[in-house]
Amino acid sequence: MEFPEDLKYTKEHEWVLIEGGTATVGITDYAQDQLGDIVFVELPAVGDKVSKEDAFGVVESVKAVSDIYAPLSGKVIEVNDDLPDDPEMLNEDPYGDGWIIRIELTDPEEIEDLMTSAEYEQYVAEEKE
Amino acid sequence: MRFIPHTADDIRAMLDTVGVASVDDLLADVPADLRARAGIDLAPGRSEAAVCAAVNALAAHNLAAPERCFLGAGAYPHFVPAVVDQVLQRAEFYSAYTPYQPEVSQGTLQAVFEFQSLVAMLLGMEVANASMYDGASATAEAVLMALRLAAGRPRVVLARALHPQYRDVVTTYAAGALGIDLVEAPFGADGRTDLERLAGLVDERTAAVVVGYPNVFGVVEELAAVADLAHGRGALLVTATAEPLALGVLKPPGAFGADIAVAEGQSLGIPVSYGGPGVGLFATRNAFVRAMPGRLVGEAQDGAGRRGYVLTLATREQHIRREKATSNICTNHGLMALAVTVFLCAVGQRGLHDLASANLANAHRAAARLDATGRWRRRFAGPFFNEFVVHGAPAEAAWEAAQQRGVIAGWPLGRWYPELSDSLLVCVTEVHDEAAVGRLVEALG
Repeated sequence: MEFPEDLKYTKEHEWVLIEGGTATVGITDYAQDQLGDIVFVELPAVGDKVSKEDAFGVVESVKAVSDIYAPLSGKVIEVNDDLPDDPEMLNEDPYGDGWIIRIELTDPEEIEDLMTSAEYEQYVAEEKE
Repeated sequence: MRFIPHTADDIRAMLDTVGVASVDDLLADVPADLRARAGIDLAPGRSEAAVCAAVNALAAHNLAAPERCFLGAGAYPHFVPAVVDQVLQRAEFYSAYTPYQPEVSQGTLQAVFEFQSLVAMLLGMEVANASMYDGASATAEAVLMALRLAAGRPRVVLARALHPQYRDVVTTYAAGALGIDLVEAPFGADGRTDLERLAGLVDERTAAVVVGYPNVFGVVEELAAVADLAHGRGALLVTATAEPLALGVLKPPGAFGADIAVAEGQSLGIPVSYGGPGVGLFATRNAFVRAMPGRLVGEAQDGAGRRGYVLTLATREQHIRREKATSNICTNHGLMALAVTVFLCAVGQRGLHDLASANLANAHRAAARLDATGRWRRRFAGPFFNEFVVHGAPAEAAWEAAQQRGVIAGWPLGRWYPELSDSLLVCVTEVHDEAAVGRLVEALG
């Protein structure tokens, strides 16, 4: 199970890569492992506004349909257009080609609420117990 | 499976556990004047033979013979081949419950898959679900689906010539969801939806336009024009077909670009039996399949590569996704869907066309004969299939008089449309031969 140290994490198992005023968002290795084979992804439109902790999309696996929650508030400036055709990318490369959306942040202070890699790894370990 | 009710000991144990002395004590909160104090007033028991005789005597009062009944208006008298009931009554189908387990339900699942395939063909659409309750609730589900697909567009335009009971069910469903703007598009002098008035109602806030095909007057709407109008403003086209046999001679709604096509399946192998049960047919485009309500059976392969059938997209259903489920429908009308499947397979594509052609011919001959009386005239000039509207005499009185003569002369439309109180909606199918139509003409004379 991977927990890259340059990323921030949420309790809903999203990861966030902060670069200046933008954030790239995906689901974690643990999330894809729990979901199993992912067969469908529903993405927001570029330009949509998202609010921290609100659902912005859906991932559907053979076992479950789950909402994806926005880790931070902002505007969607890019979506991973390859995902609808290749949803298995979320399983194969959750931290790379499986990225989901890029957000232009409206409230960078919210970053303080996210977990570090070590904190998230601890959180997952507790959830597994 | 045997049903074993609670024993007296079971009941005693349960009462003791919750701490009350009797079952009546559980009802203490129900005001006394609302309770049946002396039990329920039922006549004493009678023998089976006596009950049969009493019920048969009641049934003898019916004007039930199909060749004396010209009532359509949403439920249509048609011949049902014996093979339909024969297959339906096989215990494997008759008693089977929802097929959650593909390993023990391949027969049921395959039948549902065949049903879906037939419905998709009939409606000219890419994908159909495992069925809904009836045509009216399928229409309401189509409206909710259109609102899901067109997020932020609250308006739905319903044709006034859409079956009024379908409109009522849509209105009921809409009442449970806040902010839906239902508006009604009037019909023109030819019985079809008035396109000019419709254009004035469809705006950039409109999620869908819903029309009957044929509509409640039996008239065939100009679907191509309605589709252009809806799509031109970014709205979806929903068609609702109460008499699906019409699709044996009409182009299917999918050919006109319908986005969601629904129908009542009763005409295809299900007797009218006092108006139910029916079965809802529901079809749409592949692109919309994840917004589609109800169940879906897919064809798949098992571990050894053999063909098999399995419920698919079940992860979107209520028992898994709870309040975020696509719809409230976690089931289907399995037995009625099977009746439709057997019926369509028995008559075949050619047979369906021939049967529809016979309906068309009989109805048009009957309309001409009524016209020739000079007392009744066709009310609408729009093209029709097996149902049409005539006007002339005060319709309610004429209808009552015909009933005295042993004929149910259609449906007095004033009960649904005050502006049509001089009109009767008359349905003529393959069960009405020349002699039957003669009785109708005479009874209305």
